[in-house]
Amino acid sequence: MVHNANQIALYFASFPREEAIDGVLNHIQKFWERRMKDQLLAYVGQGGTGLHELVLEAVKRMPVSA
Amino acid sequence: MPLIQEIDYGTPPTVAQTLVSLEIDGKPVTVPAGTSIMRAAVDAGVQVPKLCATDSVKAFGSCRLCLVEIDGRRGTPASCTTLAEPGMKVRTQTPKLAKLRRGVMELYISDHPLDCLTCAANGNCELQDMAGVVGLREVRYGYEGANHIKSTKDESNPYFTFDPGKCIVCSRCVRACEEVQGTFALTIDGRGFASVVSAGNKDFIDSECVSCGACVQACPTATLMEKSVIAKGQGEHSVITTCAYCGVGCTFKAEMQGNEVVRMVPFKDGKANHGHSCVKGRFSWGYATHKDRMLKPMIRARITDPWREVTWDEAIGYAAGEFKRIQAKYGRDSIGGITSSRCTNEETYLVQKMVRAAFGNNNVDTCARVCHSPTGYGLNATFGTSAGTQDFDSVEDADVIVVIGANPTDAHPVFASQMKRRLREGAHLIVIDPRRIDLIKTPHVQADYHLPLRPGTNVAVINAISHVVVTEGLVDEPYVAERCDTKAFDLWRNFIAEERNSPEALETLTGVPAADVRAAARLYATGGNAAIYYGLGVTEHSQGSTMVMGMANLAMATGNIGKRGVGVNPLRGQNNVQGSCDMGSFPHEFSGYRHVSTDAVREMFEEAWNVTLQGEPGLRIPNMLDAAVEGTFMGLYVQGEDIAQSDPNTHHVTSGLGAMECVVVQDLFLNETASYAHVFLPGSSFLEKDGTFTNAERRLGMVRKAIPPMAGLADWEVTMALSKALGYEMHYNHPSEIMDEIARLTPTFAGVSFKKLDEVGSLQWPCNANAPEGTPIMHIGKFVRGKGRFMITEFVPTEERTSGRFPLILTTGRILSQYNVGAQTKRTENNVWHAEDILDIHPFDAEHRGIRDGDRVELSSRAGKTSLHARITERIQPGVVYTTFHHAVSGANVVTTDFTDWATGCPEYKVTAVQVRPVKKESEWQEHYRETKRITTQIMSEASAGD
Repeated sequence: MVHNANQIALYFASFPREEAIDGVLNHIQKFWERRMKDQLLAYVGQGGTGLHELVLEAVKRMPVSA
Repeated sequence: MPLIQEIDYGTPPTVAQTLVSLEIDGKPVTVPAGTSIMRAAVDAGVQVPKLCATDSVKAFGSCRLCLVEIDGRRGTPASCTTLAEPGMKVRTQTPKLAKLRRGVMELYISDHPLDCLTCAANGNCELQDMAGVVGLREVRYGYEGANHIKSTKDESNPYFTFDPGKCIVCSRCVRACEEVQGTFALTIDGRGFASVVSAGNKDFIDSECVSCGACVQACPTATLMEKSVIAKGQGEHSVITTCAYCGVGCTFKAEMQGNEVVRMVPFKDGKANHGHSCVKGRFSWGYATHKDRMLKPMIRARITDPWREVTWDEAIGYAAGEFKRIQAKYGRDSIGGITSSRCTNEETYLVQKMVRAAFGNNNVDTCARVCHSPTGYGLNATFGTSAGTQDFDSVEDADVIVVIGANPTDAHPVFASQMKRRLREGAHLIVIDPRRIDLIKTPHVQADYHLPLRPGTNVAVINAISHVVVTEGLVDEPYVAERCDTKAFDLWRNFIAEERNSPEALETLTGVPAADVRAAARLYATGGNAAIYYGLGVTEHSQGSTMVMGMANLAMATGNIGKRGVGVNPLRGQNNVQGSCDMGSFPHEFSGYRHVSTDAVREMFEEAWNVTLQGEPGLRIPNMLDAAVEGTFMGLYVQGEDIAQSDPNTHHVTSGLGAMECVVVQDLFLNETASYAHVFLPGSSFLEKDGTFTNAERRLGMVRKAIPPMAGLADWEVTMALSKALGYEMHYNHPSEIMDEIARLTPTFAGVSFKKLDEVGSLQWPCNANAPEGTPIMHIGKFVRGKGRFMITEFVPTEERTSGRFPLILTTGRILSQYNVGAQTKRTENNVWHAEDILDIHPFDAEHRGIRDGDRVELSSRAGKTSLHARITERIQPGVVYTTFHHAVSGANVVTTDFTDWATGCPEYKVTAVQVRPVKKESEWQEHYRETKRITTQIMSEASAGD
């Protein structure tokens, strides 16, 4: 999960920052299943060690109920 | 319908706009300029006798049977090589012509066996027909002179025979091999009376022949004849249907005797194949009635138990009961389904509907996950739709053809023939591939540039090409300004122009000389219409989606989208990959690529299906397997796929399957996945069903039932029964009604129906009010998404790295004679050509390891070990090894890893760090595989079942 999230971040890292964060957020929202999203949220809640900073930023913007 | 005999016009059509009018036997006729008199005569309702002419090849003028007389002209010109001219008055039947023709026929028959009654072509022989047409009553020369009648028959090919004793040396076979197939395997040896057709002085099986069947089809006698026809006789009725092999989607006539197929003949009106075929579609259909077919439903509590044959009702009831039990225990999301790219659109649509409506979740995925899912993502992001841009015929207008990560002569042979024809006409060719694929140098075709990149560096190479286009002023600025999102373009232009993306900066990384990259880029950008064709060598990487976007960027930057002869064109692996994606097989979208979270779309489906649907994406196949190992995903319905063989990291796949409590497999055979199944539901072959397949050019072709379902139920009926048993009843009486529902709910399919398909033959989506006859070329004038969007494509190296322990890179693929997991082709005579998967290794790497050609070698990676026999070849570059995954026991996917495309989860089959060393015996996995297979495929005898 961390690996996959970071791969997405690495793709969007070359875009302008706001576009990059939106890109990561939209990708996870659009393609990830609920279980993985929950795992990601929980992992970030525990500190999110090893996650790309774009992922951490994106997760902050992730609606809790989404 | 009765046996279909297509009209043979004798010579190919022309496409000239100018028309000419003439008279043939007093009948006026108007034809395009450049049309032969022979073809014009057919239009006028006149059949000119002929033997060496057939409309699949150019006129030859050798048989002297089609002679005519023309008012005002001397002599008797051949009507096949003489073009129609304005005001011509042609006579095809005169005493002089009759005498000449009879004389010609006498010569032919004097050197031909008179065994018509026992000949396989009896009643379907043009020589026999012409003897009748010209009124041949005697052969003045007798039959005792020098002749070829006792020549040795070549029966080496498993599918057809070559009997020189019946050959009239008309050269139709030689010309078909050249002009239709483009292999040039046949020639005429000798001169005069000694002339004979030759496969390079070898038996057919040892020759360059690829068994496409073009020669057999072109032969006017029984010289080249299908063994199936020799064995069974000729068909009495035909069924027009669509091939169930690759994504070309060839149309065939199944010639039948009752419920038995006698032969498959490519249909001239097939718009994807225009009467051509390959060895698989033409000949490799015997699997449909192979003894391995499983025709009875079976169940078992544990995968180590023997299977128990049961009734359909018991099997369906057991599967539904287990799924309900699992959902009650683990939750609604604990089960899911996998649709098949080998099944029809209607069957696929039904499975995803059952998952969403009856299972109550979006846990549906398809095998496109492991092949072309990056195509959908990349082309949607840039162009706005998840499909290729062109029809196949578009290649006829291409001036520069770029083939990237594809091997069309093996994997898409019929389209490859069309491509080779265009290349022989003078189009330029650029191949970007780690291997020296056959297309790089084939008769009368030589690639202008082969960029032999290191596996895993696709994005670096496409960026370097785009860098040249941008920095050398080769961008089609007016096109970009008018057609594309200029803000995104400016961002991309700045990125791609950076020096780090230059060919020189990337040369060490990619292994491709910078000068070649620059030259190829210039050719692509300035050589006229430039078309990209690509395959799984693009998609099956950790940056598969990025690469697809990189190609789309390049095409947009040079104005190569939105007209004939250009485009970005995925060559789809299986027959219905495009269709299975179109039909809503992915967990995040409904049919027509509409996201499940879009309220209006979801509500439309909820109303139509009368059920509440989830608005969250479901599990992809790898997620299902992960969740199974975690203990939260416990039930799976797999229709027509074999993930235990085809998906990467076999250990992980089988661990996931083994952790599930109920796996239901619906298939023709007890495949590898069935070894982990608890319920087996017999599937139907393409010959047993009605429906549609959608090929790589978005073309829906009809699949028509030639024989009844051998197990009693069609696949769509089985899905309906399972859905009903789960409490969600569907009401269809025929697959056409399923397509009607698809059309109602999917805007891009609004104009599609079986009735319309019967009328026009095939349709390319979008097909709706805006395009009632379909859409051969997409994005004309405007992209589907409005403005084309350039996407930044930063090269990110794969994390799968070579090391001292694993110093080589394994890349996998397929070959001509086998197909995917081999379920079909390995149950045919195709094993003559490829009985096992072989590891290709460069001489340098082989010598370094003490490996000799044919040695058994261990192939190991961080994921696992297997063993194969080695073939030493320079087709592969040093540092790279290659194999196929057609045979389960090879265990190619035991070695491949879990690395995937960042966007779609498509596995990185094309890059695995490996080591190779000689060994004496099979790997532990292979021994384990054989034992597992033995245990898990046992079927309880009827006697014990009754106990």
